Amino acid sequence: MKKTYKIEVDCANCALKMEDAAKKVEGVQGATVSFMTQKMKVEFAEGADEKAVMESVRKACKKVEDDCEIFLD
Amino acid sequence: MTKKQKKVLYRIIIAAVLMAALHFVPVQGYLRFALYLVPYFIIGYDILRKAVLGICHGEVFDENFLMAVATVGAMLLGVYNESKGLEGEFAEGVAVMLFYQIGELFQAVAVGKSRKNISALMDIRPDYANIEDEEGNLEQVDPDEVEVGTVILVQPGEKVPIDGVVTQGASTLNTSALTGESVPREVREGEEIISGCVNLTGLLRIRTTKEFGESTVSKILDLVENSSMKKARTENFITKFARYYTPAVCYSALALAVIPSVVNLLLGNPANWSTWVIRALTFLVISCPCALVISIPLSFFGGIGGASSCGILVKGSNYLEALARTKYVVFDKTGTLTKGVFQVTEVCPAAEFVQKVRQMEDGEKQLEESGSAAGNEKQAARDRLLELAAYAESYSNHPISRSLKEAYGKEIHPALVSDVEEISGHGVKALVEGAGVAAGNARLMESLHLSYEKTQQIGTIVHVAVDGTYAGYILIADVVKEQAKDAITALKAAGVKRTVMLTGDSRLTAEHVAKKLGLDQVKSELLPADKVQAVEELLARKGPRENLAFAGDGINDAPVLSRADIGVAMGALGSDAAIEAADIVLMDDNPMKLALAIQISRKCLRIVYENIVFALAVKAACLLLGAIGLANMWLAIFADVGVMVLAVLNAVRCLKVKTD
Repeated sequence: MKKTYKIEVDCANCALKMEDAAKKVEGVQGATVSFMTQKMKVEFAEGADEKAVMESVRKACKKVEDDCEIFLD
Repeated sequence: MTKKQKKVLYRIIIAAVLMAALHFVPVQGYLRFALYLVPYFIIGYDILRKAVLGICHGEVFDENFLMAVATVGAMLLGVYNESKGLEGEFAEGVAVMLFYQIGELFQAVAVGKSRKNISALMDIRPDYANIEDEEGNLEQVDPDEVEVGTVILVQPGEKVPIDGVVTQGASTLNTSALTGESVPREVREGEEIISGCVNLTGLLRIRTTKEFGESTVSKILDLVENSSMKKARTENFITKFARYYTPAVCYSALALAVIPSVVNLLLGNPANWSTWVIRALTFLVISCPCALVISIPLSFFGGIGGASSCGILVKGSNYLEALARTKYVVFDKTGTLTKGVFQVTEVCPAAEFVQKVRQMEDGEKQLEESGSAAGNEKQAARDRLLELAAYAESYSNHPISRSLKEAYGKEIHPALVSDVEEISGHGVKALVEGAGVAAGNARLMESLHLSYEKTQQIGTIVHVAVDGTYAGYILIADVVKEQAKDAITALKAAGVKRTVMLTGDSRLTAEHVAKKLGLDQVKSELLPADKVQAVEELLARKGPRENLAFAGDGINDAPVLSRADIGVAMGALGSDAAIEAADIVLMDDNPMKLALAIQISRKCLRIVYENIVFALAVKAACLLLGAIGLANMWLAIFADVGVMVLAVLNAVRCLKVKTD
């Protein structure tokens, strides 16, 4: 399952870092961050709890880039 | 500017003012250092914080770290000099931070601005739909909430929010946001209407046939917004490059700071620690990879945005990149190079029929009106022939009879036609205004034992006989698009090596079209499956860095579209299947757009490479100068911020598309 989230990130390099961080989260099969459209597309692993996974994605991203934001709704 | 950017701007101003003031304050020693720390923290606290956080999270080598090390190093060097009794230099560390922030701010504003420009270009999203309540008042609602079958109102100047059918009103539509085509389109009652167009003249009532999410405008928006998710190889290369580059530079800087001094010590010379540390710090400032990391996605984004403003939708940066290397273009014939509709291209009355029409008109004393010149006589005969054929075929719904009726152009009175007899595989016989008309192919003429003109022309020929005598023939053919020939020429000019046409049509027709358009190769009489095979043969023959694009109308050629390196669907406005199957979608059916798309992609790629080469060359030169001590901090700041700004400005050029 794929879902797109709106994000806020200041620089292209930070967007890359977020992408890397998101990919490493458990329950995430693939992730792409587009700095230009300020969007994150996440492909969830089968049976993953979307909400819980996104919470940890958000945490992981905050860790690498603390002024980024992912809008989870 | 956003709130965040404004805050940075204030900090820059305050720090700059403080620094200028400090220049004139006559204090010496450590107090001076303490005073310089004030603007330093004002301007750099967030960078330092991020650098510390980064280290804590194990993300060591990023640009914050580079800047923190470079400026803290510069400040400490000042303290070190001070401790030796020399005059310490503190302004430099603050200045580096200050200029770094100015550069970052500039970049953020420039990128933000071009991002908005590009998004605005692609913004066809309607904000609301008008619904009329019982009292006739208009209410604006979210298009998402409109159910299928609701009647919505679109006033002049508004966007059509949802696909539907016009139930009342007539107007002209501006489709340029979708197709890039500036000629307005007419709509009337009963016609389908596509969301995203702008209503220009009249009030329209539309019964929606789709939900907003399924409407054309949503599909296109979705496609464009996701296009930057598919990254080009160049983009991925830079990402990987940055991953190795930054640590490599940090270690080199460390080595530059330590090794020469240690070697000097071992050789018994003075160590010159401060010289080498300054060089190492300069090295760090220069090395920041931002120019590449930011400008390349921006270039692709700009290219995709520029293309979509011309009605060319590119589904990903990777396709834009692939398109630049297109060497083979394979076309489907019908609907791509030709209009795919049958039209009457020639009406040829037989000599006897011309005579007969003239005699008839003489009888009706219409000589003065039709004139006596031979040309007019022939024209009258042509009109009459077409009229008879159109009447005879009027009961049929075959494409041929439709094109006859269209060419005739006047209303057909069914009462004038009687005794219609369709002879399958031959044609039709009917009584039109009392005259026995037979219209059909050569076999019909043979079965009636009539001699007819055996013409060699390309297309479908309808022979007509009136009252048992041969009256002439009407030629119906698929018409080549006006722009097709120019498109092939433009493709060649854009560097395409070979143009190929695939068609299910007969060899004669195919070769005729190919010759007319100047195509290199033709494969005719192909079944849909044969087309895939033909494309595969071509794919096997092409070189490793050459790409093959297939352009079709998206109907029946989905397998070929996906098999080719780049699948291009034409005339996709309103055809969901084509939008889904193709990598590049031309919203209208003008083949010139394909050449334009290739030009855009070439330009975009050229800018990307310009930026890569320029940034790396300047950086390499400055790094070298920095290492041997010829570059100071100011040059270093140019190498970082200046290069980045120039690269961003260059990238923004991708957005501009030359259209004639």
